[in-house]
Order: sequence, then C-alpha cells, then structure tokens
Amino acid sequence: MSETQATTVNETNYLNASSTLRSWLLTVDHKRIGILYLVTLTGFLLIGGIAAGLIRLELINASGRFFSHETYNKIFTAHGVVMIFFFLLPSIPAVFGNFLIPIMIGARDLAFPRLNLASWYIFVIGGVFGLSALVLGGVDTGWTFYTPYSSTYANSHVILTALGIFVAGFSSILTGINFIVTIHKMRAPGMTWFRLPLFVWAHYATSIVIVLGTPVIAITILLVACERLFHLGIFDPALGGDPVLFQHLFWFYSHPAVYIMVLPGMGVMSELIAAFSRKRIFGYTVVAMSSMAIAIIGFFVWGHHMFVSSQSIYAGLVFSFLSFLVAIPSAVKVFNWTATLYKGSISFKTPMVYALGFIGLFTVGGLTGLFLATAAVDVHVHDTYFVVAHFHYVMIGGAMMEFLGALHFWWPKMIGKMYPERVSRAGSILLFIAFNLTFFPQFILGYMGMPRRYHVYPPEFQLLHRMSSLGAGLLFISFAVVFGSLLWSLVKGKKAPANPWPAKGLEWETSSPPPTFNFDRIPEVTEEAYAYETLFGDEPGPTS
Amino acid sequence: MAYTGQHVTSIRTYVTVFLCLMALTALTVWVAFMDLGFMNTIVAMTIAVIKALLVVLIFMHLKDNPKVLWIAAGGAAVWLAIMMSFTLADYLTRPASYLGGW
Ligand SMILES: [Cu+2]
Repeated sequence: MSETQATTVNETNYLNASSTLRSWLLTVDHKRIGILYLVTLTGFLLIGGIAAGLIRLELINASGRFFSHETYNKIFTAHGVVMIFFFLLPSIPAVFGNFLIPIMIGARDLAFPRLNLASWYIFVIGGVFGLSALVLGGVDTGWTFYTPYSSTYANSHVILTALGIFVAGFSSILTGINFIVTIHKMRAPGMTWFRLPLFVWAHYATSIVIVLGTPVIAITILLVACERLFHLGIFDPALGGDPVLFQHLFWFYSHPAVYIMVLPGMGVMSELIAAFSRKRIFGYTVVAMSSMAIAIIGFFVWGHHMFVSSQSIYAGLVFSFLSFLVAIPSAVKVFNWTATLYKGSISFKTPMVYALGFIGLFTVGGLTGLFLATAAVDVHVHDTYFVVAHFHYVMIGGAMMEFLGALHFWWPKMIGKMYPERVSRAGSILLFIAFNLTFFPQFILGYMGMPRRYHVYPPEFQLLHRMSSLGAGLLFISFAVVFGSLLWSLVKGKKAPANPWPAKGLEWETSSPPPTFNFDRIPEVTEEAYAYETLFGDEPGPTS
Repeated sequence: MAYTGQHVTSIRTYVTVFLCLMALTALTVWVAFMDLGFMNTIVAMTIAVIKALLVVLIFMHLKDNPKVLWIAAGGAAVWLAIMMSFTLADYLTRPASYLGGW
C-alpha cells in the first residue's frame, strides 16, 4: 500500500482520497471516523447548549415566568442527558482519541477498524432514541434518573431515553476495548510503554474505566425500565425493592464517569503544556501513573453522592475518606503541569490559553469537590447550586476547555488549515471570562441555600442569578466566535505545515492532513516523549 | 504456549456443558420452591456462580486463552466484588430498624 502512496504523498490525504458520501459512511479509517464523531457531537453540543440557554433564560426572573414546572424539569433534564451522555462522555476519546492514538503510537489504524465504525453507528442509533424522546415530549427525571420517581411516578419518556443511553453505552464500551487492544498490540518498534505520549496513557486509563463501569449503568437503567414495564421489584419498596440501591448502582458508574470525561482532557493538557513550554513534562512517570491511580481509586468513592440519602454513617465516613484520597493524583497532575511551565519558553497560542484556563478552573472545581466530600459540609450544600457550580467547573472548566484546546491544537493536523490565531484567542479569553461570570455566582447562591432544579426562587437571589444568566449569554457569544472562526478557516484558512507549532510527537512527523495510512513507512521510535531538546537544542527553544 | 487462535473444544464438551447448565437451571427453580431460611440467597448465588464459570471458561474459551485475558476477566470479577462489598458496607451497617430481611 505504501508504494502507491509514496509518489503522491503531498497531494493525497485522508480527506481528499475519496469524496463520496458513501466513502464517508462506510469508512474504516480511524481519522474519518474521528471526523464523523466531531460532526455528530457538535450537533449534540448545540442541542445541550440551547437547553442550557433556556434554563438561564428562565432563571432571570425569580417568579419562573416563561415555563411551567413540568417544562422546566424537562429542559434541565434534556440539558443534563444530552451534555453528559451524548457529548462529554464520548467527546475527547471518540474524536481525538480515535484520530490520534494510532498516529501517536505509530500504527496505521486502530486494532479493530470495523468495530470502530460500528461504534459510531451504535452511538448514532442511541442518539436517535434520545432525541426522539426529546421530540416526543421529553423526560423530567433529571439526568440522574433517581428512583422511585423514574421507575414508578414519572409520566414522561423515561424508557426511550434510557434505551438511548443504554445503546450509546455500548458504543463507549466498544471504543474502550478498541483503544486497550490498540495500545497493547499496535505500538511501533521502539515505542515502549514509557515512551507513550501522556495523551495515550490518559486514554488507556479512561478505556479501563469505560470497560469496567459502563456495563453497570447499562444494567441499572435496564432494571429501571423492567420495573416500569413489568413491575419487577428492584427499586420500589412496595414491591420488595430499595430506592437507595439505585443510587449505589447509578453512582458506581456515574462517579467514575466524571473521570471518563476529565481524564482524556488531562491527557490533552500534558500535550499542550509541553508543546507551548517547549519542555519535557515534569515527572512523566508520575503523571502517567496518576492517570491509572485516578482510574482505579475513582471507583471507590461513589458514596459521597449519598451522604443525605439514608446511607449508613459508617459507609459515609469510608466514602468521605476515599474521596479525599482521589484528590491526590489529580493534584499531582496539576503540580506537575505547573512545574513544567517553570523556566519554559512559553507562548500564548490559543490552545495554551485553554490549557492555562484549565489549570485555574480545574483547581477551583477540584478543591470545591473536597468541600463536598466533607460529609458535614455536604449536608449543608447538598443539592444546591454549590454542587452545580462545582460540577460545571470540573466539566466545562476541565473537560470542555480541553476539548476546545485539543480542537485548536490538532485542527491544522486534522483539517490541514490554520485557524485565525487572533480571533480564536480572543474567543478563548472571552470564553474564560464568561464562564466565570456564569458559574462563580452559583457557588455563592448554593452556599446561601438556593436549591438546584428549582425555577421559582426567593427574590433576594435574583441579582446573582442575573449575573449568571448574563455570563451564559456571553458564553453563547464566545462559542459563536470560537466555532465561527474554525468554520471560517475551513474555507479561508492558510494551509497548515506538517508541524506548525512546532511540537514533538509522531503525529507532527506526518503531513497535514495525514495520508490515509498515516505513515509512508512505519516509524522507528528512538527517543522518549517530549524530547523537546532534540527539536530546539539543549536550551528551552527560541522565542517566537 | 503461545496463543494460536485455534480453539480445540469438541462438540461433545459443548453438549455436556449445555446439559449441565440446563440441569443447574432446573435445580435453581426446584430450590426456589423450598424455604432454606438464610441459605436461600447463598444456595442461589452458588449455583449462579458455577453456571457463570462454565460459560466463561468453556463457552467463552477463557480456559485455553493467554494469561492476559485471565487478568482482564479477573479484573471484572474483582470490580463486581468491589461494587457489592462497598454497597453492603452501607446496608450492613445501617441501624437495624431500617432493614427488613433479604
Ligand atoms: Cu462523585
């Protein structure tokens, strides 16, 4: 295959190799599947974002002026379900993991290319179920589907939504298996485990969480559907079940799911910090192992969601202690990234703005997580906007910032065009400001006692809610700038060189965009990851 | 021995295992009609575990597979144990008045 490629390597790439719709829908090229995911997920991000906008619109007024109670319940459920199950969970692995892992380890594709395509189709089928539930009238249980409301009382489309999540879960599992096998079996000669880019380590850890955790949520959600349909007594006390059992099963998956969403972002983070400091990552091995530690300890902490739901005091103590423990590897990462900056040759390109934003926002999100893991404090702020703010600092400040950072960093590689640096950077800074304006007031609101999921609230909370809604409006504008400039670059962007930053890593040694089979010749790896001194000499690189 | 991708399980083994599974299913149903007190759950779970082992080892060929797959399968079992033991750490330490029998 490589001989025919070699002569035309500069003209033929994976994007223009064929252009029919059929060649896209039946592709087994991991890069094209990554693009398919990118398009699909951007659609879901838009839907989830519109729902978020409607929530903030409603909360401008203390009296709940625009929507009925039922409609409001359906809107925040749609926001949560779409954003978590159909955007954040697949986001970085399905788009960038798919696109980059084979290239980063020097392979021509994932281990199971057809399975990879199947997982996209399965995701789309799950998405169609989820969206049809939305179109037919929505769900009102919240994204957490707590029983007995979801299994007995809710009159909305619980089963259809559950089915969508169930099906989409299989897409995650298949992607996770594909990554694990690929990383074990497909590494290029010389690419030892401790020469893997940290992005790959993070995805390896994430895949383990996906494979071990996702079957549990699938079965749990199936049990809710069984109880609704056949009145099997699982969660309903009247039938001999226990509603708190649902919370155990749900959070056994859904706490680790937070790490499915944020660990890949931490992998992106390591690539960005190294590239724009032009230095080796400080403490490579520790950062790699902290991903594995987060993946494993992340499974031991789920009871911190249940301090006030009749869990025993003993279990609460144990889960509280273990939740503190999982903060250690996360903090290790933050300190190592910060240490990497030290004496680095730092340039503030757009991806770096997202990376630096991540450090600040994730630290706030992570530390407020420790407040919440303290059982006595949690009793006070449980189910308030404090939790909402904490979660959004981790999920948007962490996962979403890195999704955008990755999108800008690898956009030249994926698309072959440069995004407009100044507009994109302005967008990223505006996004950072808007984000804080939206979510910081929510910490104060929550601490003052504003409960989550209410749309009618005491008038003294109105000012803070209005600040938050104003921030949400600004967030919409900044997202428009960010995605607008990327779309503009599709048409008008300058052609990207093979290594525009320049950065280390096998993905930067092939052309932009890469040829269909990634490399003309399988590379031989002779150095560690982030050997930036070989790119710039011993001194930390020239200033740009 | 290196894994060759060749499974050498005979039809006879499959049929025998299938019949064992059916017999154990019948046993489960039969036992379900007897009240063994606190042994109810234990007996049911023991039968279920034996059936699962038969399926995993022989139908899913774990028996003839390389050790790394034993680690993968073992990991799944350990994680199931984690889920159950931490959940029980809640249920078993609640005040007795919260709990009925199980
Ligand atoms: Cu949690």
